[in-house]
Amino acid sequence: MTISLTVNGSPVELADGTTVAALVEQRTSGHDRVAVARNGDVVPRSSWATTELAPGDRLEVLAPTAGG
Amino acid sequence: MEEDHELTEELAPALEQEEAADPFTLGGETFTSRLILGTGGLPSLEVLERVVRASGTQLVTVALRRVEAAAGSAMLEVLDRCGVRLLPNTAGCQTAREAVLTAKLSREAFGTDWVKLEVIGDDRTLLPDAVELLDAAEQLVADGFTVLAYTTDDPILGRRLADVGCAAVMPLGAPIGSGLGIRNPYNIALLREEVSVPVVLDAGIGTASDAALAMELGCDAVLLASAVTRAREPVQMALAMRQAVEGGRLARGAGRIPRRWLAEASTSMQGLPEL
Repeated sequence: MTISLTVNGSPVELADGTTVAALVEQRTSGHDRVAVARNGDVVPRSSWATTELAPGDRLEVLAPTAGG
Repeated sequence: MEEDHELTEELAPALEQEEAADPFTLGGETFTSRLILGTGGLPSLEVLERVVRASGTQLVTVALRRVEAAAGSAMLEVLDRCGVRLLPNTAGCQTAREAVLTAKLSREAFGTDWVKLEVIGDDRTLLPDAVELLDAAEQLVADGFTVLAYTTDDPILGRRLADVGCAAVMPLGAPIGSGLGIRNPYNIALLREEVSVPVVLDAGIGTASDAALAMELGCDAVLLASAVTRAREPVQMALAMRQAVEGGRLARGAGRIPRRWLAEASTSMQGLPEL
């Protein structure tokens, strides 16, 4: 079973039951200071492992960059 | 580049001593450097490190972007090594909702509740949207953030931002990245009189004299990015900005002479020979 959702603006298929922690692991090798928004709300790091993704979710996985 | 490095090493001790004699408090923290540096636009991490060191800055702005487009850990390692404090921005946000969410995400990622709050009205001018800005500032202060608000040079809006609890008011001299300097020195001076929190001139600085003018007008610090990062020699310009900020600060304290319409001789006319 897979679910369809949007990650950083692109449509993706993920295994049902995928957690935010698993998604972050998949997307952010080499980034330790990462933040995740799900459907317009912050997902605190403390709940990444217990937050399962749902069909139609909009995820933003963000990392530090240079800026003014 | 090597020469810049040597010059930095040579001048740093004297500049540090000068800066240390005149610290300022921002968000409950004490800083000796009055130059806040943006990191956007540099060609490499090596240049970033040299620029940060040459500027003497203790506070640098950073941003959050989608992980595929982000510089990530390597940049933060450089900044950590330089011992600077991070100031996440909300660059690109056009509504209070976006800015508040970005600030909360930054708090998660960077572990700081400091935020340079930017809420812009359009992409062409990048000018602040006053209504959204004030709304976002109020929400973030209520949520415990230390808000440094990027704003227009409107003294009344500056006062409103201070009234809702912003830790600093940061008026623009001119649009972001324009390098047009301080278009309305009068408003900056007036804003300085209006608020009791630190005033940081943010945006528009093109060269060292602009930074000096900001300090002469009474600003407590200067925030700049493009003027250094897009200069032909960024390290040299960082050093120039450091000295300009310090020079402007000293001049402000020293008290400039009043402007006069006509000349006033500094050489005495007494004893002038008849030749």
